[in-house]
Amino acid sequence: MAGVTQDQDTIAEEMGMHTIPLRGRDIKTMFRVETEGGYGYPFAKDVDFNKRAEIDCEGKGCTFVNKRIRELMDEGHGTIVLKNPGAQHSLVVGILNRLNIIIDGSLGYFGCGLLDGPNVRISGRVGWSFGENMMAGTAIVEKNAGSTFGAALRGGDLVCRRSAGSRTGIDQKGGTIIVGGDTGAFSGFMMQRGRMVICGNAGKNLGDSMYDGTIYVGGEIQDLGVDAVQGDLTDADRAWLTRKLKMYELLPKKGVEHFTKIVAGKQLWNYDNLEPTEKKIIL
Amino acid sequence: MAGYKGSDIEDVDQFLKGDDLQSEREKTIGQHIGYRYDVNLVPDYDLITPFLQGYIEFMGWDDLNWLEDIHLGYDDGKPAVFDRNINGWIAIPDDMKLPDNQPERDMLAREILIKFQMSPDHPLVDLNKAYRSF
Repeated sequence: MAGVTQDQDTIAEEMGMHTIPLRGRDIKTMFRVETEGGYGYPFAKDVDFNKRAEIDCEGKGCTFVNKRIRELMDEGHGTIVLKNPGAQHSLVVGILNRLNIIIDGSLGYFGCGLLDGPNVRISGRVGWSFGENMMAGTAIVEKNAGSTFGAALRGGDLVCRRSAGSRTGIDQKGGTIIVGGDTGAFSGFMMQRGRMVICGNAGKNLGDSMYDGTIYVGGEIQDLGVDAVQGDLTDADRAWLTRKLKMYELLPKKGVEHFTKIVAGKQLWNYDNLEPTEKKIIL
Repeated sequence: MAGYKGSDIEDVDQFLKGDDLQSEREKTIGQHIGYRYDVNLVPDYDLITPFLQGYIEFMGWDDLNWLEDIHLGYDDGKPAVFDRNINGWIAIPDDMKLPDNQPERDMLAREILIKFQMSPDHPLVDLNKAYRSF
């Protein structure tokens, strides 16, 4: 608290104000690894995958449908089928639970955002920003996806069996995006972590300004963006690709040997300007 | 194994040994910047632990899913795992013996992270009570 007198400093401290040094801003919390906990968040709903329910979305807004999903989870339903979604926007968002969701139709913009755990299967198409900020779980789209598919993805597997639009995986921070067909321009733009697999062709400026992460392309790459460079496909890459693509029935008959690996050229790396550790938990 | 600024990590204990402050920024703040390990290392499923196998089955997944991105990092000269839910590092206890290779250390980190996140003592529990609106 520069520029104040000692008296003012004392008064300020007595009032509860104090200077916080920029160094060593640690929050130390004790935690025992033996602490009992389940496999789900303590606040997660206890659901049974074998208990199934349906929601007919016809004529109902996204607020009603999203609320109804939560009510069904409260009742213990672990498998929920959405009928007639009618390409509505913002359906199935913010679910922090294990759950099976089956969507019989197509979704509009911002579908399945902020998911943390569920397994979602969509029989139709999806609009812009499907799976945005997803944390964990799986989401499989049987047909095409719009632009910014998997924007800011943080974890989990996001699969589009056909083609996805431009800026697929923009600002991806983790997780896996798999596109069975082609992707548009600027896919992997500002990617920071995670893996993207494009079984078909990639559009212009692939991996532009990517900071980290890996992009695998099975087809042609129109061109690479700034600081995206070709890497060596290792045995670990081949094993991972084979396992993952087989899991989603997208493994090409000729295998994965033809895939091109794209990584960051690391010319844009600037980790030194990161803030030091802000919080620490001591086990 | 690739490491910080693309350098090679030849010794798995490289970040645990000595005062290994490298960059100017690290010297200024007097501590390691934790993001120095290979974040692109894919998991070795032969090393999966029974606890993690149970977690995968409980969630209804076929593999480690989001945990594929979890690795044992090294923060401030100590082994630690990053918890995205609190935006902070969880330090591994001093008395916990670390395996001698990174893939096994990563499995250990994944198990510790899940146990921590699913614990009723996790800070997210209080945040959830205070702020969750849906």
